[in-house]
Amino acid sequence: MNTVLPLLPGSPASPSDLPDAAREHLPTTPFGLYVHVPFCATRCGYCDFNTYTSDELGPGANRAEYAGTAIAELRRAAEVLGPDLPTVSTVFVGGGTPTLLPAEDLAAVLAAVRELFPVDPAVEVTTEANPESVTPASLATLRAAGFTRLSLGMQSAAEHVLAVLDRRHTPGRAAQAAREAVEAGFGHVNLDLIYGTPGETDADWAASLDAVLAAPVDHVSAYALIVEEGTRLARRIARGELPLPDDDVLADRYVQADTVLRGAGFDWYEVSNWSRGEAARCRHNELYWANANWWGIGPGAHSHVGGVRWWNVKHPAAYAQRLAAGESPVADREVLGDADRALETVMLGLRLRDGLPLTALSDAGRLRAADAVARGLLDPGAHAAGRAVLTDRGRLLADAVVRDLTD
Amino acid sequence: MLRDPGRSWDHGSTVTTPAATDPARIRNFCIIAHIDHGKSTLADRMLEVTGIIEARQMRAQYLDRMDIERERGITIKAQNVRLPWRVGDSEYVLDMIDTPGHVDFTYEVSRSLAACEGAVLLVDAAQGIEAQTLANLYLALENDLTIIPVLNKIDLPAAQPERYAAEIAHIIGCDPEDVLRVSGKTGEGVPELLDAIVAQIPAPEGDADAPARAMIFDSVYDIYRGVITYVRVVDGRIASRERIKMMSTGATHELLEIGVISPEPKPVDGLGVGEVGYFITGVKDVRQSRVGDTVTLQHRPAAEPIGGYSDPKPMVYSGLYPIDGSEYPLLREALDKLLLNDAALTYEPETSAALGFGFRVGFLGLLHLEIVRERLEREAGISLISTAPNVVYRVVMEDGTEHTVTNPSDWPEGKIDRVYEPIVNATIIAPSEYTGAIMELCQSRRGQLGGMDYLSESRVELRYTLPLGEIIFDFFDALKSRTRGYASLDYAEAGEQESSLVKVDILLQGEPVDAFSAIVHKDKAYSYGVMMAGKLRELIPRQQFEVPIQAAVGSRVIARETVRAIRKDVLAKCYGGDITRKRKLLEKQKEGKKRMKMVGRVEVPQEAFVAALSTSEPSAAKK
Repeated sequence: MNTVLPLLPGSPASPSDLPDAAREHLPTTPFGLYVHVPFCATRCGYCDFNTYTSDELGPGANRAEYAGTAIAELRRAAEVLGPDLPTVSTVFVGGGTPTLLPAEDLAAVLAAVRELFPVDPAVEVTTEANPESVTPASLATLRAAGFTRLSLGMQSAAEHVLAVLDRRHTPGRAAQAAREAVEAGFGHVNLDLIYGTPGETDADWAASLDAVLAAPVDHVSAYALIVEEGTRLARRIARGELPLPDDDVLADRYVQADTVLRGAGFDWYEVSNWSRGEAARCRHNELYWANANWWGIGPGAHSHVGGVRWWNVKHPAAYAQRLAAGESPVADREVLGDADRALETVMLGLRLRDGLPLTALSDAGRLRAADAVARGLLDPGAHAAGRAVLTDRGRLLADAVVRDLTD
Repeated sequence: MLRDPGRSWDHGSTVTTPAATDPARIRNFCIIAHIDHGKSTLADRMLEVTGIIEARQMRAQYLDRMDIERERGITIKAQNVRLPWRVGDSEYVLDMIDTPGHVDFTYEVSRSLAACEGAVLLVDAAQGIEAQTLANLYLALENDLTIIPVLNKIDLPAAQPERYAAEIAHIIGCDPEDVLRVSGKTGEGVPELLDAIVAQIPAPEGDADAPARAMIFDSVYDIYRGVITYVRVVDGRIASRERIKMMSTGATHELLEIGVISPEPKPVDGLGVGEVGYFITGVKDVRQSRVGDTVTLQHRPAAEPIGGYSDPKPMVYSGLYPIDGSEYPLLREALDKLLLNDAALTYEPETSAALGFGFRVGFLGLLHLEIVRERLEREAGISLISTAPNVVYRVVMEDGTEHTVTNPSDWPEGKIDRVYEPIVNATIIAPSEYTGAIMELCQSRRGQLGGMDYLSESRVELRYTLPLGEIIFDFFDALKSRTRGYASLDYAEAGEQESSLVKVDILLQGEPVDAFSAIVHKDKAYSYGVMMAGKLRELIPRQQFEVPIQAAVGSRVIARETVRAIRKDVLAKCYGGDITRKRKLLEKQKEGKKRMKMVGRVEVPQEAFVAALSTSEPSAAKK
């Protein structure tokens, strides 16, 4: 059971009352920073992220002022976590579309991180970007500021698929942006793909995968399209204008992606992520999956430190107002109980290529793990070596396996 | 036109005082009408015209007590009301007994009719007579009741009084001119109807000096007062504070109150020959005061009961299960409570491998089933699954032993020699252009045509013998849809017939699911199997393995479907903000999994049972 602590009126919840237990492993647990940039040029029909197309969101929340507001929260973070601050091992700027901010602003945020926190010399610093919102010049600025990794939203190489997704770039632009990033000196470049969009064919998907392989990238994320409630896509499907993605088709696409990527030297290391070698894995995401500590900066951003999760107020204006008033922008938080943590450990760990040790399971869970091996969902070799690792088929049924193992 | 007869009532005129009313001044009558032909509205107008209720106190369908009755516009329980009426200088007492209007309650109808000397045959002037009205009319004629034919709703633009007056005249053998015309809505013709009741319906006859005999025509449980019993006194007199005796059981009770309904209960000193009223003894269960029984006095009992009493006999059985298994004790409590008010209800505990603990419940018919189910859900707040309704089969084995089967699970193993099923005589009335469609339907339900009559040029009456088991499925829905709602149906039990019946089992991965088994004619086994297997294929979620669904008769598989194995059950993403959301989703899924019923290794959601069993959603109440 987890406890959601209610907000006290006049005293906004603050992680400053982090329980001592949460601080206990702070210095020894990997620590990352996530910075949310809640702006987009247009809202894509499938997207339910916390992002806004308006530039008139209010004082502190407008694009031009946003970096300053984010830096104000960084200061709070340093105060709350201090005085013995954890070393930052990863920074991830996501959105929204981070590259809608001038590269100089992103550089300023990163500079503030370095000023406020001890930073690992081998720090991984990623920013997400839309292919149409980067230029060789902006990429050079980011690289010079210390960004090491670029994650580009490509989604598809098929124009009609991009149209259904409301994506504005032309099919070739993502690969071109990847080349520009490499030329600017980025050591790691990722392309994000979405499969199972209504109207997408096997051939479209094959073409998308080929386009990825032709680009100089060392990481691919491929996600099944999720029709989120409340999105324009969901409404179009409800009205019958578009068909709902079929689960069997999604399974076929996944197998297709895994086969093609594997053939090109990409190995899966998480259900939806493939990399060329271990060094190319996204360490920031690995930190989420290992249940390590991170602080999420920005409206609606989620944080986790030592079994306490909290999330900021969602609207950029409310977020900026709180910070301007010297108040915490936290909306609410939950303190995870033992059962929650155990469940999360399995839920996150089982999605990884390395799986999780059988000792992370209950007695009943371990019995069921043996059954899952018999049913071809867990790898027998890994099981014999004391770990629960999904087979290829098991990856597609990961949620069912998690439910089984945590009963 | 409104008179003021209430005056004589209030001033206690001796000729109409309860217990002292001269039988010559009494007219006991009922109204025979189809469900929406305006009986309750006409009764409302009678209450107003006779002045016992003022227009401003009026609420629609005043006499219908239960919410379900008002909502559905049907009368489930009999009602009665004592109305004062004056013709010239003479005062009269009119006792109107409102009969239940449904085929399930034929016995109750017959008892209500037996309490009357006359009946108002009320027919919608825009629709003409319906099958059920006809059946009740025949019942009234058998009871030697004087019939007053009346066309209602003459205010409607679509009314065709000439046409339907001719039809009625043809059926009851009167002159079309004798058919009265009223509007329950406007009140037109209602005083003339009351005058006609006085003039045409005979006064009750009885021996005032004989030992008291009164017939129970209804019995209702009230949480405050216990059982309220409605009676018609035939002989003698029953006075307050006397000890009465039920002649079927010999049980005696103290009379706590005796009274008349006008239109609210009013205690009186007693009831004499021909009078209609109620009494309260403090008993808590309507079984102790059964419809049709004869009441007499303990100190001077009658020698013979009035006759016509019979125990209610369940015709249709269904398993009722709480969707939430933990509500089983609540269901038991609710059934126990309903039993207090429903002498026809029977039940016993039953266990289903698929549905858990529940009850096998016996009903008079489909409407009865539906009403009970609805009352359990509404009054006790329990969500229920009901299994497909089942009639009572008699199975004779080759070795001569006999089994009574009210549940497919009780179908005997071994060599069956013959099977008997209950049959009914059904009457269907419809516009003649639907004759072909009706015949086709009845033939497909194994019906035997018994006869056919033209009620008028354009309306036909068809008489069929049909297996009851065919009617309780979805017969009425099918009839309505084939006749665009114009057909009406009535039926009465007519014994049993030998038939080629088999039990069809439904198997998931080779495991039979008891809740889906059905007893059907061998020619229908295949279509039932295909229908059920197809339905389950849609309802059973995909599992991690392929699930074969089979329909089988004994060991012979007659239909097969497959639920393909699920291939994808994984969320694409799980990053920082998704973790809490995903954990909650997982917890919800795990909760859902706990509510799944396991059939072998197959997880079947409750909703699948509900949906699979819901086709036979009884249609009777839509009449």
